[in-house]
Amino acid sequence: MLYTMKLSIGPIQYFWDRRRVLDFYQQAADSSAEIIYLGEVICSKRREVKSEDWLAIGNELKQSGKEVILSSLTLLEAASEMGSLKKLCRNESFMVEANDISAVQLLSAAGKNFVTGPSFNIYNGRSLRLLASKGLKRWVLPVELGLEALKDLQALRPAGLETEVFALGRLPLAYSARCYTARSHNLPKDDCQFKCLDYPDGRLLETQEDQGFLVLNGTQTQSALTHQVLEQLPELKALGVDVLRISPQYSGTLRIINIFDAARKGNELGSLGEELLTLLPLGACNGYLVDKPGMDYLRAATQ
Amino acid sequence: MELVCPAGNLPALKAAVDNGADAVYVGFKDDTNARHFAGLNFTERNFEKAVRYAQDRGRKVYVAINTFPQPSGFERWKAAVDQAADYGVNALILADMGVLDYASERWPELRLHLSVQASVTCAEGIRFYHENFGIRRVVLPRVLSVSQVAHVITESPVPVEVFGFGSLCVMVEGRCLLSSYATGRSPNTYGACSPASHVRWEETGDGTNIRLNGVLIDHYREGEKAGYPTLCKGRFQVGENTFYALEEPTSLNTLSILPELRKIGVSAIKVEGRQRSPAYVAQVTAVMRAAIDQCMSDADAYQPKDQWMRELASVSEGSQTTLGAYHRPWQ
Repeated sequence: MLYTMKLSIGPIQYFWDRRRVLDFYQQAADSSAEIIYLGEVICSKRREVKSEDWLAIGNELKQSGKEVILSSLTLLEAASEMGSLKKLCRNESFMVEANDISAVQLLSAAGKNFVTGPSFNIYNGRSLRLLASKGLKRWVLPVELGLEALKDLQALRPAGLETEVFALGRLPLAYSARCYTARSHNLPKDDCQFKCLDYPDGRLLETQEDQGFLVLNGTQTQSALTHQVLEQLPELKALGVDVLRISPQYSGTLRIINIFDAARKGNELGSLGEELLTLLPLGACNGYLVDKPGMDYLRAATQ
Repeated sequence: MELVCPAGNLPALKAAVDNGADAVYVGFKDDTNARHFAGLNFTERNFEKAVRYAQDRGRKVYVAINTFPQPSGFERWKAAVDQAADYGVNALILADMGVLDYASERWPELRLHLSVQASVTCAEGIRFYHENFGIRRVVLPRVLSVSQVAHVITESPVPVEVFGFGSLCVMVEGRCLLSSYATGRSPNTYGACSPASHVRWEETGDGTNIRLNGVLIDHYREGEKAGYPTLCKGRFQVGENTFYALEEPTSLNTLSILPELRKIGVSAIKVEGRQRSPAYVAQVTAVMRAAIDQCMSDADAYQPKDQWMRELASVSEGSQTTLGAYHRPWQ
């Protein structure tokens, strides 16, 4: 095959301080990722980086040659959040990643193209075709779907629509009105004291046998293990996947991008697969992609 | 306010109708609905009887086809839509955009409700489904406070149904993959959460371990009452503490806020529990019927009776109830 899959950096799912965010995107500007998603997708109380800042970061990244997409909040509850979403969807600079159906409604009504994110439910070809008629240009495969479903969906995909796969990161598993990070400190959401700032890779939840199981990230619940598909890149390429998404973690993200960059170009992995595992906070999983429970980890037969 | 009650089989449907449900919602015996449990739901033969029993008594039948078909299974979802339509049900409760698209095209006259599984929390989202598929009602996820529900109602193009009683999902319905992360089966893909096929009870020296596909969800000491290991209602360790990190075993109960729900313009109250027994359905339906009737006749004088609260607590998870997200401090 002649094409190379693109690399994207997904939105930061955690609450990092402003300095860290700015540094991260300065480094990202020099990375081999072609696409960068920006914005707060979890909690509207996280305002270390404001909407004007995101636009400024986006403009800088654009000048570095990156395709910039602004990501919308995943779960909308308050009227003020709708106000912010409307503002985001009115922006004339960048395409928007819709992480909720209301963003799709606003964008399609305004005649704008859009992307849908990993927690947006698209499970079949009829949904894909319908959304394509509304302006969908790229979609992220729901994280719980595997290669079998991907293969079928690729066959049904309308022409011109790009497919992106969540390729590395703690999995976004659930969203709630309740803030679990605040709850873990015995605080209500309305008085959360911004505890998320203390957990830049989320707060670990373990079973009573000390098995790292989930991660609390404010109102979002993630997997404790990091989903990673490095060994499946040949299959993903064969299925015509266009973009591989790397979800930022607090450290090591740039090195991870280098590893995926080498792998997507077809270079021999050598020890890179082992190195990748050492970069993950707790360990790896890839079960969803190979049609197993998401927490399972199956090494490719060739490894 | 319409009272919408669950039925996992014909006796439960009769119990709902006989105890005053305005509408009963049911599902077929496969993965096209979000209560895909062994021994539950309706074959075609029982389905016909169910529709007749309810409609002969002036009640409505809604059919939940509210999971998300993948390409390989899409025909099964279409068949479910067609079967429900053929029997003249009063509405379909749908979640997937592709299924909604099919149903609205094939059966343009049939009334469609947007399932809670579609995860729609604001009016803009409701508008999408209204404009594209002509939905005539939306069921809201259990993540909004009462004032947020009120705001949605003022802007929504269609009437709003909310949950009034039953097991509490603490995550936004339709966007919770905890179960498939642990077992490979989620409500979206398979119609089940924390499926019984993956549960293991294990005696230990000092009590019982409950595992879901090997993952320890909870440990009960001797004499502690053990519940079903729904993933989000187990005890886990976070930092130094072992506790119900996500939620306790508890059920939603809105009896104390019924007048508020009426005042803000809620059109229908849904009771959760298609997986529960006919006795549960009878008891909860009777209590909710009495409460709604009293609330509608004189909202100012309305007070939930102690006996209602006791009866509902007795059929609740962990024998306790909560207002959930309706009540801001819960969040």
